[in-house]
Amino acid sequence: MISMAGKAIRRWWALFALPTFAAFIIGFLVPFIMGVYLSFCEFTTVTDGEFVWLKNYTKALKDPEFLHALGFSTAFTIVTTIVINVVAFAIAYMLTKAIKGSTIFRSVFFMPNLIGGIILGYIWLLLLNGVLAHWGRALTYKASYGFWGLVILVCWQQIGYMMIIYIAGLQALPTDVLEAAAVDGANGTQTMFRIIIPLMMPSITVCSFLTVTNGFKLYDQNLALTNGAPSNMSEGLALNITRTFYGRMGWEGVGQAKAVLFFILVAIIALIQNKLTTSKEVAA
Amino acid sequence: MNENKPVKHGPVWTALFTVVSLFWIFPIVLVLINSFKQKAYISKNAFSLPTGKAFVGFENYTRGVETTQFFASFGWTLLITVGSVVLILVCTSMCAWWIVRVNNWAAKLLYTLFLFNMIVPFQMVMFTLSKIADMLKLNTPWGLCIVYLGFGAGLAVFIFTGVIKGIPQELEESAMIDGASVPRIFFQIVVPIMKPSIVSVAILEAMWIWNDYLLPYLTLDLGKYKTISVAVQYLKGGYGSVDMGAMMACLVLAIIPIIVFYLVCQKYIVSGVMAGAVKG
Repeated sequence: MISMAGKAIRRWWALFALPTFAAFIIGFLVPFIMGVYLSFCEFTTVTDGEFVWLKNYTKALKDPEFLHALGFSTAFTIVTTIVINVVAFAIAYMLTKAIKGSTIFRSVFFMPNLIGGIILGYIWLLLLNGVLAHWGRALTYKASYGFWGLVILVCWQQIGYMMIIYIAGLQALPTDVLEAAAVDGANGTQTMFRIIIPLMMPSITVCSFLTVTNGFKLYDQNLALTNGAPSNMSEGLALNITRTFYGRMGWEGVGQAKAVLFFILVAIIALIQNKLTTSKEVAA
Repeated sequence: MNENKPVKHGPVWTALFTVVSLFWIFPIVLVLINSFKQKAYISKNAFSLPTGKAFVGFENYTRGVETTQFFASFGWTLLITVGSVVLILVCTSMCAWWIVRVNNWAAKLLYTLFLFNMIVPFQMVMFTLSKIADMLKLNTPWGLCIVYLGFGAGLAVFIFTGVIKGIPQELEESAMIDGASVPRIFFQIVVPIMKPSIVSVAILEAMWIWNDYLLPYLTLDLGKYKTISVAVQYLKGGYGSVDMGAMMACLVLAIIPIIVFYLVCQKYIVSGVMAGAVKG
């Protein structure tokens, strides 16, 4: 059923909906559809595509560097998701208590989020290389150095962000449940694992998925900190795809195929999150 | 939570968090210290203080500003960010209102497309998008605003439709009976109600666009325009070694406006983060 106001508003589509939709077509729809099409083509620019069926995909899946990047990104995502969420939750938990200066601490922890990935990368390049210089080494000495360097950087960046979400969740906890638990003589561990964490599941889901998608999409920090050195061994998925496009002549089609695979991976993660959050809402 | 109940060992926790906070800001302080050192001393020992021969005053800053044309990049970044955010706010809020109130098949299709936009990573469209932007001559800061509107519309529309669904329609209908035109109803009745969410979206989009690297790098005509992130990345350049002195100075210059902005708008930034937490 359409309301009276709705009917009147509908006539104004050219003013209200069209500008956004026109930009959306240019900035998203056409590039996306062309991107999907070109992933089945061999091309050097968007107009000289030659249809080659699944050749790009087989080439992408046989590319050892792509598979290595996939492994690198997966390992990176697992480590950062666990570390960021555990630490952010712990900090948020302590900072919702009456500790002197907790507002200042919150501000400090959140601050790195506002700084761009490229800038962050070079800040940590200085610090980490400075530390490693004591052993006469640099961050590009081994791939594992780059890996852990990136882990430290991203934890430093994102803990504050997740902390804000956890603090909001903790402050919205129903006090009567916590008081009832205290009256019943529940100890600290029981309250935490039986009451607070189950009640916090919505926030935990949101933060986990944010960190997972951020982990896979990581690009700027990776580019600035290691740029894949040594020999592309510290390279995540996003960096690998970009390098395939712009760093390897004749591999544009493969790059696009990799990008489609990357999109499918990210989309699956998003769909799982959507399923989980909506089912939680029903249960609550 | 038990905000007013004193914690056990309160001072111990305060001390602990103070130490951790100092560690947290240490990387930035380190960059600040090194920005006053001669470049040879930066790579030799990053942790030494800028004393004696190592101290060069503001030399790194003048060199860094010159080689990167920092202030021009700053201006372009500001223009792109403000322009895109304003364009996104105006266009997507109108579009979201249209989608919610009209709610026919076209509106529903549009909404689904915007939702879909939110889960697509930039790598998926970067090659084709940069070529199309080139063809349509959108490779200027002004054109980039349109690209940002197109690629970033999903999240803004999503947040705004959520807010508008909670606004009762009766208000708008009675205004309509009183003879108010549709645009007037939107700008004088709906927009004031949406204000908090508009601020949140503005913060969210501004944080993204100000710091974005790859989209401007691929889309802009880099001979004429660079953003701060692009300019900093250019310092690293192709083959030669990096001028660490200029790099440190540029990093400091890039961080200062962000910290000022943060101190001024902290409250809104936190609400923006909360609004953005819905994004998958």
